Amino acid sequence: MTIANELRCFIVDNYLYGQANGWLTEDTSFLESAILDSTGILELIGFIQERFHIRLEDEEIIPDNLDSIRKVANFLSAKLESSARQEVTA
Amino acid sequence: MSPTIPISPEALRIDPAAEADRIITALRSIVFHQLKRKGVVVGVSGGVDSSVVAYLCCRALGGERVLALLMPETDSSPDSLRLGRLVADSLQVRCVLEDISPILTAARSYERRDDAVRMVVPEYREGDRFKIVLPDVVNEDRYSIFSVVVQSPDGTTNKVRLNPQAYLGVVAATNCKQRARKLIEYYYADLLQFAVAGTANRLEHDLGFFVKNGDGAADCKPIAHLYKSQVFQLAEYLGVPEEIRTRPPTTDTYSLEQNQEEFYFSIPLAQMDLCLFGFNAGISPEDLAPAVALTPQQVDRAYRAIESRQRAAHYLGHPPCLIESF
Repeated sequence: MTIANELRCFIVDNYLYGQANGWLTEDTSFLESAILDSTGILELIGFIQERFHIRLEDEEIIPDNLDSIRKVANFLSAKLESSARQEVTA
Repeated sequence: MSPTIPISPEALRIDPAAEADRIITALRSIVFHQLKRKGVVVGVSGGVDSSVVAYLCCRALGGERVLALLMPETDSSPDSLRLGRLVADSLQVRCVLEDISPILTAARSYERRDDAVRMVVPEYREGDRFKIVLPDVVNEDRYSIFSVVVQSPDGTTNKVRLNPQAYLGVVAATNCKQRARKLIEYYYADLLQFAVAGTANRLEHDLGFFVKNGDGAADCKPIAHLYKSQVFQLAEYLGVPEEIRTRPPTTDTYSLEQNQEEFYFSIPLAQMDLCLFGFNAGISPEDLAPAVALTPQQVDRAYRAIESRQRAAHYLGHPPCLIESF
């Protein structure tokens, strides 16, 4: 399953109670569409950290990185790639 | 829709005498005729909001029909009790001291709260003090998510972002304080056939900075329509002691003092007030910015934070849902 699909499942299961009805696109803003409130963002961070075994730093917790499925997927892909490169170098 | 006149802090200027008269007249009608109660109970915290409510109730109903309740607990600032007494003494109303700490201890509120803090700060121990704080969401594009700040007895502080379990655990346990106070308020209200007066202002009301069935519960809310700066204007007019009017607003909820700006998106209350006014009035960030000495971008961020808080507040203000109206 791709990162985007995993995120989609997490959002649909936990915040749309299984009722995505096709309107949740990869670019739907979590905040503007009121899918996530600040507690929801905390839960999203918790999900990402646990599922992908990474820690999000405070400066990374911004709408540019977390406000839609696409933004999270792009951010995560880059972060995971960067972590993998650092491990190889080490 | 933009207004036709420039917006300034004067937009929140009221005629305090006229506003006080309006509230006093309404209070008499609400308490005596609508609610058919003999007086009111006011939880007096030593802050400006509850002081203004106590003063208004005294003028409306007479001092003999007002009971001031002082309800400190372990984490309360000693100043709160002292200033609460100052209000009761200056109004010469009946005043009862009810320490709610034993209720909170019995409900394991402190224990549950400390357990929640230890989820993210395992070294947190007895004697440490803490508060929760929001990041600056007006100067940066940030989410309104809380961190816990723990201070050890030697003054060392440690700030850690809360995870969902810890955040919800701290909030759920701490909300017991406001609910315990409401329990006591309604005890006296039942005893005396009084109503309970709420002390929330519009800023708290609109943004959901209250506890459902805690400080959000009341039979009447005399200042819920007033922005914080308007409450200060009324306080001056009513003769609320200067020490209370000039005291930096505090939530007085956590063992480490938390000023209200740490709760209100990191901008001073006067600016927050105007941002909320501008948001509610549909004033564009560009039009409001000069009045609040912020950039349009900062106002836009404040508007987004307000919108997000108002969405979260929807549940807090929602009445019980019925399956069928009757």
